[in-house]
Parts: sequence; structure tokens; C-alpha cells
Amino acid sequence: MPQRYVVATAGEIPVGGSKAATVAGREIGIFNLGGEYFALLNRCPHEGGPLCKGRRTALFESKRPGTFTSSRPGEILRCPWHGWEFDIRTGRSYCDPDKVRTRAYAVTVEPGRHLVEGPYTAETYSVSVDENYIVVEV
Amino acid sequence: MSDTNLTDSAPVQAPPGVVDCDIHPTVSAMSDLSPYLTDRWKGYMREYGANFRAAFANAMVYPRYNRDGGSRMDARPPSGAPAGSDLPFMRQQHLDPNRVDYGVLQPLRPNGIGARNQAFGESLTAAVNEWQIGSWFGPERRLKGSLMLTREDPAAALREIERHGANENFVQVSVLPHGLEPLGRQRYWPIFEAAAALGKPLGIHVGGVSGMAPTSAGWCSYYVEEHHSKCEAMQSLVTSMVIEGVFERFPKLRVVLVEGGFVWVPSLCWRLDKHWKTLRSEVPHLKRAPSEYVREHFWYTSQPIEEPEDPRHMLDAMDWVGWDKILFSTDYPHWDFDDPKFAFARLRLTPEQHRLLFRDNAKNLYGLR
Repeated sequence: MPQRYVVATAGEIPVGGSKAATVAGREIGIFNLGGEYFALLNRCPHEGGPLCKGRRTALFESKRPGTFTSSRPGEILRCPWHGWEFDIRTGRSYCDPDKVRTRAYAVTVEPGRHLVEGPYTAETYSVSVDENYIVVEV
Repeated sequence: MSDTNLTDSAPVQAPPGVVDCDIHPTVSAMSDLSPYLTDRWKGYMREYGANFRAAFANAMVYPRYNRDGGSRMDARPPSGAPAGSDLPFMRQQHLDPNRVDYGVLQPLRPNGIGARNQAFGESLTAAVNEWQIGSWFGPERRLKGSLMLTREDPAAALREIERHGANENFVQVSVLPHGLEPLGRQRYWPIFEAAAALGKPLGIHVGGVSGMAPTSAGWCSYYVEEHHSKCEAMQSLVTSMVIEGVFERFPKLRVVLVEGGFVWVPSLCWRLDKHWKTLRSEVPHLKRAPSEYVREHFWYTSQPIEEPEDPRHMLDAMDWVGWDKILFSTDYPHWDFDDPKFAFARLRLTPEQHRLLFRDNAKNLYGLR
């Protein structure tokens, strides 16, 4: 049965920013993509690099040599060690999206007054009814 | 490509300790070398720069994709200094958590090895060696040095060996593979003679700037191609050293190829042996098949390890190369770092193989206890 954890206040992670939080013994990275939040296990499936410390880039693609397109700026996370690319929205790698992926978790933004009623776990947060919070389901 | 995912990829049981045969220290600024340089050469660097055999002094011919000469993005110390320039942070991020019993330093930047000005090259190389003592293996007993040598100036290299060769904390002497001529040429033999006489391995880490195209097919377009050319250079130097007869002349010489891979070694040997059967009379100084010299005289560090889809293919290659010849290495803090908990993890090594690769081969080779 998944548990829901409060990991941050809604204003805490700026657009384009991220935060690492430990919930239920796992280190999870929460990313703000233009106001939408996504959460990934902060561990690269290749050799365990801390994904949160990687660069965020666009998706570069090409129809033929000598040309390229760039799309989805900031949505591709590169492991800080070997640079493998992961889609922040899904946790899937570019190199082998079906087999090489890091776990993605559901994220919601909840008003504090809902959280006070449960069933949520606020490990490090004292929740105020007047604020909005980022909640990760693990 | 790895078929690991988070549910079935688990690190192997952490070994009691590892020997890491490739750690890169660097300077936080060139002034770190000032204590080891005379006013003459400090002034020279200020006025002319530490020029290499490349069009743009002090730049990489193919820019690395990460900062600090191609480092892990998480390896800069909190001060913001370059990755690999801060010993306390290296202890905290690498030596302690990865249980490194010994780490062999490979100082690549800066070095004086590619300097056109020979006297400056000798002084800068000597300064880098003194700096290894003063800033690295002096204060940290787990670290061991590589005595860097100016391969294009063997007379200077011999003077450097005279200065520090007897220091037991320099566990090997080192040259770089990209040079003006293939490494087996006789002009380089004084270095091999001195290394063999010292009884220390010759460590050859990928790199060096020859001024010539990095690939044998010419100038390539992309860093990913240049990165692979490091293996080509290793193949060329193995071929050259074997065919020129270096190991007939110096039968005690041991050579460590650092960061050049090793899965190519069997196919190179098969091909050289085939050619030798036909062309042996051109090189009658060779008394044995080329593969026999390779098997006896070369060791290989593991990182960046090849990652075939089927792990059995890797095990086959390791059988061919020899389990006694592969040395674990991380390349810390560079970007193709291998974590000891994950390197080889898919191969399901026996405890015996694990012990050889992660510790005993390096301890035996370098005389570490």
C-alpha cells in the first residue's frame, strides 16, 4: 500500500530547480518543470550516481547528419557521472527506455488543510493549513 | 547496453577494501606548483603560458563534455575549486566511502610532458612530481604516486628517475601514449631500461598531445570519436613495443595500460600472431609469437570497462586477457568513474576473482602490502 509523504512546500522548489528528500528510506529527487512537479528515485540505474546533481538539458534529436532539433528544454536529466539521459517526466532513459529507467513517483500539490486530515506522513514538516505542499506517493 | 533496472540492480557486497589504480589529482590553480618551480619558470608561465603541442595553448583539442577537464558533476568540493584539487573532499567523497586501501595517482593536468620548450617541460614535470609528494601522498598514506616522465626527452626523464626513482611511494614511472613516434621506437628505450632496472612498472595512462591527428584515420569531428581513439593509441603502442623487441631487450619490464580498455587485446593478439607466422623473417629479433609477449608484460586497468549486452562475453574476454592482469580503477573524479560497488556487478565474480581484480593483482604488481 503506497504511502504519501510531504516533501516540500509548494514555493520551495523554483521553476527549473530540484530538491532531494529522503522518504521511507529512499532518496528521491523532486523536480519543478515549468510549475509541474515530478519525482524520481535519486539513483542512476547504471552505477548509482546521484541523479539530482546532474545537469538538465533539452532533448536533442536529428533527422539526418548535419541537422538537429532541440525541444523540451530542461526536461532531460543527465546523470552527473556518465551523463546518461533520463526523461524527468517518466524516469526512462534515452539509450534504452524500456529496460534502463529510474523509478518515477506520483507527485501532487495539496493544500495544508487536507494534509492535516491525513492519511499523509509528514516526516520533517510541520504542516500549516494555510500553505500548499508537494506530496510524493512512495 | 546494460539491462539493469532499479528493481533487480543491486550492488555487490562491498569488498573489505580496494586498490584504485587510477585517481586524478589536479591543482586548484597553477600557483599550487609555485613552491616547486624556480623564478625563471614561474615567470615563463606567466609570460608565455604552459604551452602544449596544440594550436590553442592549455586547451583540449576536443573539448570534454563536462567541466574541470571532464569531471563528475558532483565532484567539485564545497569551495567550488576544480574537481580533484581538494584532498579532504577526495577522502570524504571517494577514499573513505569506497574503502580505498591504496589509490594510484595519475596527474594529467597540468603536466610538462607535451611542452615544446624542453627545459620548461622538464621543470614543470619535476614540479608536478614534487607536488604529488607535498600535497598528496605525503599527507595521505593511502595514495601512491606515478613518477611522470618527459618521454620525448629521455635524458630529462632519466634525471627525474635519478631524483625520485628510489622513493617507494612512487609506485610506477609514467609516460603518455600519444607521442611523436610509436612508443616502441629505440629513442624511448633508455626510459624502459631505467624502469626495468628500478623494478617498477611503466604506467601508461591514455592521453598526451602529439600535435598529430588523434586517430590513425585522421582528424575526427566529435569528442565521442576522439574518446575511442584512446584505445587505438594503446593498440598501436602495444604493437610497437612488442614488434620492436622491447621485451626481448628488457625481459623484466612490466607495462600497465591505464584507461584504454582491454577487450580488444585478444583480437589484436590473434591478428599479430597470424601476421608473424608469415612475416617473422622481417623481425627475427622476436623469439616468440607476439601474443606471448603481450600475455607476459601487460596489465590493464578496468575503467572505463566495456559493457557488452551479454555479461558472458565480458567473462570470455577476461579469460583471454588473464584474471591476473586486470586491475580495478575508478578514474575518480572524472566523468567515466566506475563505482566499486557496481563495476563488474553483473558478472557474478567468484570471491577469488573478486579478490584478484579489486586488490591482489594491484598489490602484487606495485608491491603494496
